[in-house]
Amino acid sequence: MPAREPVVHPYIPNSVPGVQQEMLQAVGAQTVDEFFADIPAGLRLDRPLDLPEPLLSEAELTRHVEGLLERNRSTRQVLSFLGAGCYRHQVPAVCDEINSRGEFLTAYAGEPYEDHGRFQALFEYQSMMGELLGMDVVNVPNYDGFQAAATALRMAARLTGRGSVLLPAAMSADKLSMVRGYLQPDIAVDLIPLDPASGLLDPATLEAALSPRVAAVYFENPGYLGTLETRPDRISAAAHAAGALSVVGVDPLSLGVLRPPVDYGADLACGDIQSLGIHMNFGGGHGGFIAGPDDPRFVMEFPSRLFGIAPTTVEGEYGFGDVAYERTSFARREEGKEWVGTAAALWGITAGVYLALMGPQGMREIGEGLMQRCRYLMGRVAALPGLRVPFAATPHFTEFVVQFDPAGPTAAAANRALLERGIFGGKDLSAEFPGLGQSLLVCVSELHTRPDLDRLVDALGEVTR
Amino acid sequence: MKPIAPKPLPRRFHQARWDEPIIFELSRPGRRGVLLPPVGEEIRREVGDPVGELPDALRRTLPPALPEVSQNQVLRHYARLSQETLGVDLNIDVGQGTCTMKYSPKVNEQLVRAPGLTELHPRQDESTVQGILEVMHRLEEMLCEISGMDRVTLQPAAGSAAIYANVCMIRACQAARGQSHRDQAITTIFSHPSNAAAARVAGYEVITLYPDADGYPDPGALRAAVSERTAALLVTNPEDTGIFNPRIAEFVRVVHEAGGLCAYDQANANGILGITRAREAGFDLCHFNLHKTFSTPHGCGGPAAGACGVTAELAPFLPVPTVECQDGQFRLDYDRPQSIGKVRPFYGVAPNLVRAYAWIMSLGAEGLRRVAETAVLNNNYLLDRVLRIRGVSAPYAPGRRRIEQVRYSWEQLARETGVHTEDLEIRAADYGMHYWTSHHPFVVPEPMTLEPTESYSREDLDEYAAVLGRMSDEAYADPEIVRTAPHNSTVHRTHPEPFDDPEQWAVTWRAYLRKTGQKRG
Repeated sequence: MPAREPVVHPYIPNSVPGVQQEMLQAVGAQTVDEFFADIPAGLRLDRPLDLPEPLLSEAELTRHVEGLLERNRSTRQVLSFLGAGCYRHQVPAVCDEINSRGEFLTAYAGEPYEDHGRFQALFEYQSMMGELLGMDVVNVPNYDGFQAAATALRMAARLTGRGSVLLPAAMSADKLSMVRGYLQPDIAVDLIPLDPASGLLDPATLEAALSPRVAAVYFENPGYLGTLETRPDRISAAAHAAGALSVVGVDPLSLGVLRPPVDYGADLACGDIQSLGIHMNFGGGHGGFIAGPDDPRFVMEFPSRLFGIAPTTVEGEYGFGDVAYERTSFARREEGKEWVGTAAALWGITAGVYLALMGPQGMREIGEGLMQRCRYLMGRVAALPGLRVPFAATPHFTEFVVQFDPAGPTAAAANRALLERGIFGGKDLSAEFPGLGQSLLVCVSELHTRPDLDRLVDALGEVTR
Repeated sequence: MKPIAPKPLPRRFHQARWDEPIIFELSRPGRRGVLLPPVGEEIRREVGDPVGELPDALRRTLPPALPEVSQNQVLRHYARLSQETLGVDLNIDVGQGTCTMKYSPKVNEQLVRAPGLTELHPRQDESTVQGILEVMHRLEEMLCEISGMDRVTLQPAAGSAAIYANVCMIRACQAARGQSHRDQAITTIFSHPSNAAAARVAGYEVITLYPDADGYPDPGALRAAVSERTAALLVTNPEDTGIFNPRIAEFVRVVHEAGGLCAYDQANANGILGITRAREAGFDLCHFNLHKTFSTPHGCGGPAAGACGVTAELAPFLPVPTVECQDGQFRLDYDRPQSIGKVRPFYGVAPNLVRAYAWIMSLGAEGLRRVAETAVLNNNYLLDRVLRIRGVSAPYAPGRRRIEQVRYSWEQLARETGVHTEDLEIRAADYGMHYWTSHHPFVVPEPMTLEPTESYSREDLDEYAAVLGRMSDEAYADPEIVRTAPHNSTVHRTHPEPFDDPEQWAVTWRAYLRKTGQKRG
């Protein structure tokens, strides 16, 4: 068999042998190997990498990758009530259009001159989040809501000079795991149990847990189990009375109808922007935000970039740049605040597009619609025999707990039976919160019609029968 | 008709200048950009008004002052802003050294827009996500082979997050060995600053080594730094100078002998794919940035993706869950008692995992090696071209070849003309190009870091070098034109004073209006 011609790869313009030869000649090298002279023989890989045969044409590649992805069954095909930190919502076409534009998709870290548009779009994102949150300072997105909470708590520890934080016990186990890890080794974590009747933070336990060591009380609104803290002002007041900060995790999609945390005393607000116009992407659509007051003490504790506005030499032009860059690890390595790096900027731009499309009216309507659907489904599920809805008297946003009678199916069995009926039932909470018995966390979306909700109710009725 | 004259070099570029207002200035009461699916009368009748029943402490009374804009106007606003942004798709993006600004293939963009990916919820039953789990499992295996490590996690959100995850695994491993007293991490000044910063967050004292006169990390300095307090070596190789540390195995040995663990920052591994691996140099851990070497688009600064590779000894400490394959079925394993836990929600930035997988599959082993060889050829070719330009030098290791990038210095030009690298950096925008100086501190004076990757043609590199040459000529002949740049960009030079003045800085439109005494329009 004749030797295979080397492939001139379409992604590698200088893989044309003649061009390579000319370039080698131009720099006075015989072979490419000369460039690797500093890599000792003992460190060289003496064989080709053992990788699958390449799929060189787009057609072969597409067939292979699409073939794999087609083995998935998505929430387009199965009626989904999954939430628990990742949410299915209407994604306006303009959000996808803007975030797939090659200019935004493939830009990175240019100056505010060649990348003026990137700076303006992210400044606008910060600004719209600022309106939603009622706060003057919002960061360029960090990785996700977990990171936002963890960093907000580290900021609180630096601001107060204290070494412990209080978190709600009714928080996502995954998020708690990440936050605990991130606060090691210098910040202790204590958990506030939830009141078993209401599902809310127990105020008496909270007050007992507060001490001069506590840097921050962190709570979530809505909480992981879907409940809304009805007196968040009291939680913040208790934190402040002990000299601690109030740090609130919030779903920004709720803020058309719910007060922003600053209204009830939050010093820092944080959360995830995935619900703002970003597809779920199997959990790959997350971005984090932290918001705070325009007080230099707070601003100087942000690790992320903060884009600011300034005049240029021409009247009527907006210029942009980094505010207080000297805080960052880019400027000061380990002396900077935590670290900054590539995170989730394109999702920030996307969330900005979403908020501009939604406006105040859209944000109010979506909040109203979600709460109405949630109450409707809660009411119908609670009426089923063999099930109960704990914390039913507490207001909920989009999610609620469904608990099966001890005699009934396990949560896992119920989910399997629902899947047979073409439904993703809910996040199984039984391992995460053994105290809730066999239970699911069920989530509504504005994409659910009444027949969708009724279908779940009917299926649950069959499953528990 | 006479023939039209050939194109001049440099090209007569002008960046888009839409003079676009801030989105709030486009607002008119009542307009909206999107409608929502209705709740329906039946539900509304049955449940009433849950929002109205919320306690006062919770119910929003003042609507958020978001802009009110129709759909076409929102689209146009952001489309214009995108045009005022210079992505890889538009420019010869060799100027963002260390960041591997390679071509992100369009076919991969089509793949990640499939509903079989975008509409997947991470908590779906495993039987319904076998396809994406298989992609992840295969990608892990390929990255194991590329790094030589035994296990890989794809969970970290980005490169710095991967560095941090590695530091956490080191901390957990040292604790399991009863070595928690080890409280120092060693890095080098030409390693990414996140190595130092992430180690500090995890509680380590950071020791930073400086290079010897030739730019190589100094083994004497390392020997002096290690002790029974050494927990880790966190190091890039080749470093940001493009110089490969030939004694890297010795560095690893010295740290191992002192009882420390070694993590290889391979954020950018573009010059050594298939040439040398973390395994051969003896590292315990490594990480890749999939948005650098593996071509996923940079997205204006993310979403990115990080992959950590570890030896079998470190594998028990990987974040949960891991992706396991049993009898052809893929599942997520949370039952890993020594795990450091979660480092991010769910399982990683799935779209970027699919893109990176597709990229490797489109190249194969031979293609990856071709990537490395061509990236290095391009770099040495550009080095040769740049060194012909007046006022620029490539400090350290004179006459030696570099791997995938070079940190140059405009020190001579600055001395002779008073024009600084920051001025040239801005002037580049006038030619439709970009370059980056360096992280701080500027150990190399007046720095410029270029990394041509494999994606650019010889003609592209010649054009880039020609622009640098033109800017140098300008600095010597007419420095004012450089100092007052940009002239052909979206905006003119910004007055930077507000950025560091708490009385003036404004991170949001509301802060800007308040601080400039304006009322909302």
